[in-house]
Amino acid sequence: MFKPRTGLFSFAITCLALAGGAVFSPQASAGVLPEDRADLLYFRYDGGGVAINGPSVLVRKSIGEHVSVQANYYIDMVSSASVDVETSASPYDDERTQSSLSMDFLHGKSTYTIGYVNSDESDYKAKTLYAGVSHDMFGDLTTVSFGFKKGENEVFRNVKIDGVKQNDPTFFEKMESKSYSVGVSQIITKNLILSGQYEVITDEGWLNSPYRSVRFLITQDTQGQQPEQYPKTHSSNSVSVRAKYFLPYRAALDGMYRFYSDTWGIIGHTGELGYVHPLDKPWAGGNWTFEGRVHYYTQSAADFYMDIFPRADFSNFMARDKELATYTGITAGVNATYEFKIERFPWLTKGQLNLRYDYMAVDYDDFRDARYSLGSFGVLPDEPYAPGTEPLYKLRANIYQFYISAFF
Amino acid sequence: MRIRGLIVLTALACAASGCSSIEPWVKPYDRENLADPIMTFTRAPISQDFLDHVFESREGSRGATGAGGGGCGCN
Amino acid sequence: MSARKVNGIIKGLALAAAFVLPAFATSSAGPAPTFQLAGRGGKTIDLAQFKGQVVMINFWATWCGPCRAEMPLLEDIYKKYKPMGFTLIGVNVEPASGDPEGWLSKLPKPVTFPVAYDVDSKVSKLYKVAGMPTTVFIDRKGNVREIHKSYKSGDENLYLTQIRALLKE
Repeated sequence: MFKPRTGLFSFAITCLALAGGAVFSPQASAGVLPEDRADLLYFRYDGGGVAINGPSVLVRKSIGEHVSVQANYYIDMVSSASVDVETSASPYDDERTQSSLSMDFLHGKSTYTIGYVNSDESDYKAKTLYAGVSHDMFGDLTTVSFGFKKGENEVFRNVKIDGVKQNDPTFFEKMESKSYSVGVSQIITKNLILSGQYEVITDEGWLNSPYRSVRFLITQDTQGQQPEQYPKTHSSNSVSVRAKYFLPYRAALDGMYRFYSDTWGIIGHTGELGYVHPLDKPWAGGNWTFEGRVHYYTQSAADFYMDIFPRADFSNFMARDKELATYTGITAGVNATYEFKIERFPWLTKGQLNLRYDYMAVDYDDFRDARYSLGSFGVLPDEPYAPGTEPLYKLRANIYQFYISAFF
Repeated sequence: MRIRGLIVLTALACAASGCSSIEPWVKPYDRENLADPIMTFTRAPISQDFLDHVFESREGSRGATGAGGGGCGCN
Repeated sequence: MSARKVNGIIKGLALAAAFVLPAFATSSAGPAPTFQLAGRGGKTIDLAQFKGQVVMINFWATWCGPCRAEMPLLEDIYKKYKPMGFTLIGVNVEPASGDPEGWLSKLPKPVTFPVAYDVDSKVSKLYKVAGMPTTVFIDRKGNVREIHKSYKSGDENLYLTQIRALLKE
């Protein structure tokens, strides 16, 4: 869970609205099953007062010539003292477990996929079902795919009763999410492939956090807080286009652009550039592959977002979630892969050791660091700022990944 | 009269063959570069899933993160 | 019917055929196009030298998974039927920058059938290769009798049936 945590405990909402959304991205060509593999990942996210680490295990195995099964087990162990938590609560620890299972059926030039994801944490349970089909045509140059996802989530609120963390028996909400996607992938030349995707997502139900609040001005120097109020529906459209180009000396360049807009008034632009460079030379000491990637994101705030509202009950919908603010972020990363073979295990086609580091920097344009006025965990600063005049918040995070892959 | 007959026959033939006068321009035996493992959109799904999750948690955007196609086009 | 009308109908049909026939062109028919390619060990492989034998041409590449999977099976078929007047030619479709020879030399089960290197895709174009792998069966008279696209586990039985039938002729 990476969502800003406010209140006693935390949970991620919109990020889990479609738990496993990333798990089900179509892979490779529709007329061929994905290759068998097993991966073990250890990750660590460190930034903005939040530390999250955990393992992820993924296994994919084909059964016969027509079926491939994938299972994934993933744990987020969260230790949080984010800026939102610092200004309204106490630090907390929590754990989220996600397990998923999916199957691909290959029939001629088509692949049919079904999958299920279950995500569990102390105050949020998400179940997602996925179905998709992709089809190769036009001499295997074009791949068309369709996908459908349905998520049903249950929202709880954690409280401490007699010092014991448990679900508040008086609080229980639900939300439902549906998504439809269509994608086309086209080989342009023997060195270039383009891919585009369009996805519509609709959420309904309880869409905000039971812990988070918005703030409002009482006088010029004093502020108050009240629970955030979100609409009960959220619909979004996003369209992305990707390109991958093979460079003559054997390397690959790729780029991506995504446009996002939703009924909450958010407009987002995502751009990404990546470069993959294999190095398989005796002097390099083995079979290496290096990858560099830059991810750029900019967004304009939701209609009902404000860092500080002019007064209490300013409007029907009010939010102060920095994820709904106006901001720009850049994440840059490098990845090194070392490939090896073990003679003793001929069934192991190849093994890979991977190390990846990403640095994320996000600058907010309309989200202020309220620690300058509200203090940290109830301890006021020596010279508190007037509410609404605090410096704009900046997030800096380090993301580490170490993973081993085995192909068989 | 001759020309009309010719046009009708051509139109019928075109309909029958699905107007397949456009041939796939990258032949199956020219897929060497596209089949190279560095040319997949997602080299390590386990790592990509994790990063997609990080971005989706931090960013307001969601969706359209998939990509497919390419590869060797075998079978 | 006047001669001019018949002429017109024939011309129309020919034009129509020009659109329709390409859809059927990949189907087997007619004499196998001849070719000469450089092969392993620097030898030239000429299709004409195999006239009178049943020939199986397998278009393959090191980057093609199913092609690699069927290699050992093709080697078995070659060894078994060679004494009966059969030959198998592996036509590798990779360009000059590829290293199929390097891959072949590392095989745990070496390949003994002739392998030709179609670096300019000349032969692939001649045979209108429409999928990887593609296997072409040519009879003793030098005619193409069957074209098999792709390889799936069990296809080697189809190959055996085809070879036995052609050997009996």
